[in-house]
Formats: sequence, C-alpha cells, structure tokens
Amino acid sequence: MGEARPVIEVVGLKKYFPLPRRYPGQPVSRVHAVDGVSFTIGRGETLALVGESGCGKSTVGRTILGLLKPTAGEVRLDGERIDSLSAGRLRPLRRRMQVVFQDPFSSLNPRLRVREILAEPLANFSLARTRGEFSARIAGLLEKVRLPADAAARFPHEFSGGQRQRIGIARALATAPEVIICDEAVSALDVSVKAQIVNLLADLQDELGLSLLFITHDLAIVEHLTHRVAVMYLGRIVEEADRRSLFARPWHPYTQALLSAVPVPDPAASRRRTILKGDVPSPIALPTGCRFHTRCPHAFARCRTEEPELRPVGDTQRVACHLEVRPGE
Amino acid sequence: MSEISLPEEAAALPEILPPPAARGRVAGFVLRHPGIAIGGGLIGVMAFLAIAAPWLGTVDPQALDPANMLISPSAGHWFGTDMLGRDIYSRVLYGARVSLVVGFAVAALASVGGMAIGLVSGFIRALDPVLMRIMDGVMAIPAILLAIALMALTQGSVGNVIIAITVSQVPQVARLVRGMVLSLREQPFVEAAIAAGTRTPRLIWRHIVPNTLAPVIVQATYVCASAMIIEAILDFIGAGTPPVVPSWGNIMAEGRALWQVKPFIVFFPAFFLSVTVLAVNLLGDGLRDALDPRLGTRQ
Repeated sequence: MGEARPVIEVVGLKKYFPLPRRYPGQPVSRVHAVDGVSFTIGRGETLALVGESGCGKSTVGRTILGLLKPTAGEVRLDGERIDSLSAGRLRPLRRRMQVVFQDPFSSLNPRLRVREILAEPLANFSLARTRGEFSARIAGLLEKVRLPADAAARFPHEFSGGQRQRIGIARALATAPEVIICDEAVSALDVSVKAQIVNLLADLQDELGLSLLFITHDLAIVEHLTHRVAVMYLGRIVEEADRRSLFARPWHPYTQALLSAVPVPDPAASRRRTILKGDVPSPIALPTGCRFHTRCPHAFARCRTEEPELRPVGDTQRVACHLEVRPGE
Repeated sequence: MSEISLPEEAAALPEILPPPAARGRVAGFVLRHPGIAIGGGLIGVMAFLAIAAPWLGTVDPQALDPANMLISPSAGHWFGTDMLGRDIYSRVLYGARVSLVVGFAVAALASVGGMAIGLVSGFIRALDPVLMRIMDGVMAIPAILLAIALMALTQGSVGNVIIAITVSQVPQVARLVRGMVLSLREQPFVEAAIAAGTRTPRLIWRHIVPNTLAPVIVQATYVCASAMIIEAILDFIGAGTPPVVPSWGNIMAEGRALWQVKPFIVFFPAFFLSVTVLAVNLLGDGLRDALDPRLGTRQ
C-alpha cells in the first residue's frame, strides 16, 4: 500500500539509557530500551508497533519525534536524516510529524483553553496570522475531530477522556502533518470510546492521507486499523508482516503467544493457547542469543548462543527466529 | 481497512459538561472557600488598619508622654501606654505597616527569586547541582540565625530586614519550583508542545510557569507568615528595625521586662501578630485547595 519512498525510515535504531553509578568507578550499566530496530512507514500507511510494556516501543516513537537522541542508527523523514539535526534545524521538520499520547489528562496543559492549545502549533509554524484565520483554522480542526465549535472556549478539565483525546488529535492535525505517531493513543480509554477514536483516526487517515505509527500493546485494536504490524520484544522487532498474514499465520512464538492472549468474543471457540512462562528478562542484562529464548516453548541450543536476524518467511512476512518451520505447522 | 461497527449515534458526541453554574454570590464564595474568605478578610482588616492608621484616633506613635507612663488600657489610651508614655494603640496600628510590608515584600521577592533559580536549575542541567548545593547550604542554616547573621553585617532598617529574610526563604521556593519543572518537563503536554514546534522560551512561559504558579502562590503565603514572625523575632532581639520604628517586635521587646506587671504592652502586639499570621496561613490553605484547576468544577 505504501508508495516507493517511505515517509518514515528507521535504520538500526538504538537507544540505551545509562544508569547512574552507585559508587565511583562502577561500570556503567545501560538499559537497552531499543536495540537495533529498522522499519519503514509508507505514505498513507499505518504501521502498528506492538509489544508488552517496557519493550521499547514508546522509546522508538519518542526517538523518531526527536524528543530523545538515539544512541545509534538513523531516522529519516521523507529521505532526509533527522536524528542528527540540531534542535533549530529539526524544528521546521516537526511540522510534518506529530504525536498523540496515551493519557488524555496529562497530554493537555490544564491551564490553557482548547483554543490556545490548538492555536499554539498554528502560531509556531505561522500557519495562521490574523485572529480570523486562527478562528477559522481552530473551528476546522474541531470539526475534523467532531467536537462542537464551542469547545474552543473551554478548559481541558471540562471534557471526558474521549473528548480530550479528540482535542489531542486536533492538536496533532493542526500542523497538517504527514505522519502522526499514536503512542498508546487509545489504551487509556473505555472500549466504546476506544472504538470511536480508532474509527476517527481511520477516517482522518482516509481523508488526509496520513501515515500513522500506531504504538500499542493491544492487538485487538490493531486488527481494525493497521496495514502492517511490527512486533517488538525487548528492544527488537521479532516479526514484521502485513496485518492479514500476521493474524492468519503468526510465525514467531512470541507473536503467537500475544495473539493467543487476545480475548475472543465467542466463549465456545476452541483454540490453542500459547501461554508464556516467566517474566521479561531485564533490559539491563540481556540474555545471550535470541532474547526470547528464556521464555520460548520451542527454544533449542542455537537459540541460546546465536541471535537470529529478521529473515523473510513469506511475501510480506519477516521473522527473527531460528526455527525452520512455523511452530504449530 | 475494516471499521469497527458502531451504532451511528454512539459515534456522535455526547454533549460537553455544562459550565458550572455561575454562583458569583458572596455567600457562595465564603461557603466554598472559608479559608480564603476568613484569611483574606482578616488580612484586609489589618491592611486597612495599617493604611488608615493616621485617621483611626491615633496619636504620633513616637510621642513621649512622661506624665502618662504605663497606663492600663482605658478610654484615653485603648491599649494603654508603655514605660515612655507612648500610646500602644497607635504603635500597634503603625506597627502593622512594618509587619505587612515585610511579609508581602519578602513573599514577593522570595517567590520571584526562587522561581528564577528553580527554572534555571530545572532547565539548565549543568547548573543544577551547583545551584541546588548552594540552596542546600542556605537551607542548612536556620532561617532566623541566617537573618540575624545577615543583619549583623549591615544596619537595622526595614529594607535590610526584608533582604535578610528573603535570602533565608528563597531556597524553599527554588526547590519547589525546580522539582515541579523537572516533573513538568516529562509531562506529555510539554513533549507534545516540543513536538509541535514550541521554542524553549515560549515553552517555559506558557507551559511551565503557569503550572508552577499555584503551588508557588501557596508557598508564598507561608513565606509571608514566616517572614512576619522572623521580622518580629529580629526586632525583639534587637537585630531588626531600629527601636524607634514602632513595629510589633519592638513593642514586645520594650514590654518584655514588665510583662508580669503590665502584660498588656506585650499582649496587644502579640495578639495582632498571631491573628495576622493565622490569617495568612488560612489564606494559604484556602488557596491551595482552590487553585487546583482540576478541582475547579466541583458540582
């Protein structure tokens, strides 16, 4: 679905956070939040970045946005490297990528009216100059996210969670971006509100040709929204595929476990559950070999010593696993 | 791309909460914020007494009247006279000027200074350890001792008292602001503003400062109360304003030797000081509850 030149291209992205030393001379240990992640997002495409808490998916989003400097690797926006730009050089490019955060309460400044919240990106990039232009743009944004026009004069605390998330989306849309990074954008919402916001995002994507990076732990939501899915585990992508292949033929044992954890509406449906044992290993001291081998039901000797690279296992599917055949086949 | 099926009306927007009913009535305000009403009211009375002192039946607070020394409270001298025959009622009213000026000036200066240091410390990480160790150093010395030490370096005057007390109070505000800046910087709305291209000065002005203001105002009221007490203590031990200035601390110091026989000399300034400090603290507590915008729509 994506065109030839991807809007966002991430190559070998690494982000390590050094931990403070507890005594002078202690060797610095680092949290390997993101450890070699590569993917692309095509124009008008949605990529879902899925994984459990702490796997580094939000760090990927924040690094793309330039809120964090990567330890290594490249981020390209429309072919142009943006990870190494100074704050001043990056600023004009920020117009082209925006973010919607998870928590609809802390993502809006409680002391600003909705009008002021939406006017800020417009003013930053001189997208509106006169009072009338501002009003018109703000009214247009509110309409796009289906909020009434009188919302502009209100403060964020006067809105419900779902409405606040719409304000957050309107703010992201204000600069007419090409990419929106949705960092768990619906995770904090009730199921019915979640569906409304997902539908809104899907509509906006159709209408505006947006590219979305949808960061989430919730595969059920992803199934309705995304074109492609990348599954992350401990800072690495373990499987990447288009939506259909991933949901029909999950390859990586971790993806299989994630999918089998998605609730199914039909209680009579019989299915094989893959239940993982143990906890995610510490991202400070990573396991050797495949980082999933400590929990993998199919692990064998090679997994403990050699880290698997992503390899194609189908037209659209890539997986980082030493197994020759898809588990379960 | 598949859509989640939803009834059409579910996608329509539930109406926004109605704005809280405009109460606007004085009674409603007093009921909702008794601390602000009582504290603010008492401070208002004190401010009125201080400003209008010349027209409230007072005489010159410095005028000596050796014929009328140590008169107990009576119709002629409502609060009595001291050992030099000065009218205590007049001195207490004029003394309110000193206390209020010192209290408010210290609160304002310490807030502005602490805010500036806190913002710099929170935003310029390289300066943070240096500034905060200095603040720790200042805080390690009890405020009263520090103020006494600073006063020892200079002459007693209201201005110097204000500066000395301000120095001892700035670290509290600076630490408060620094802590808030550090946590605000991590807030999604700040990151969203950065992602939306907001430059640092505007970010500080629009997103950081307004969100530190409420706690700083509350802190300022406590600083104001402390400043009034420290000012009275400095005067009392003779390290503050010159004895000729009618301040509550000076009046108490003069009455100290006689307090067992003529307790009213100490009582009236002490009473006024206590009431004023209580009022400021009530106001501070009331503001703390009222200034949180998230609590603003109690129905």
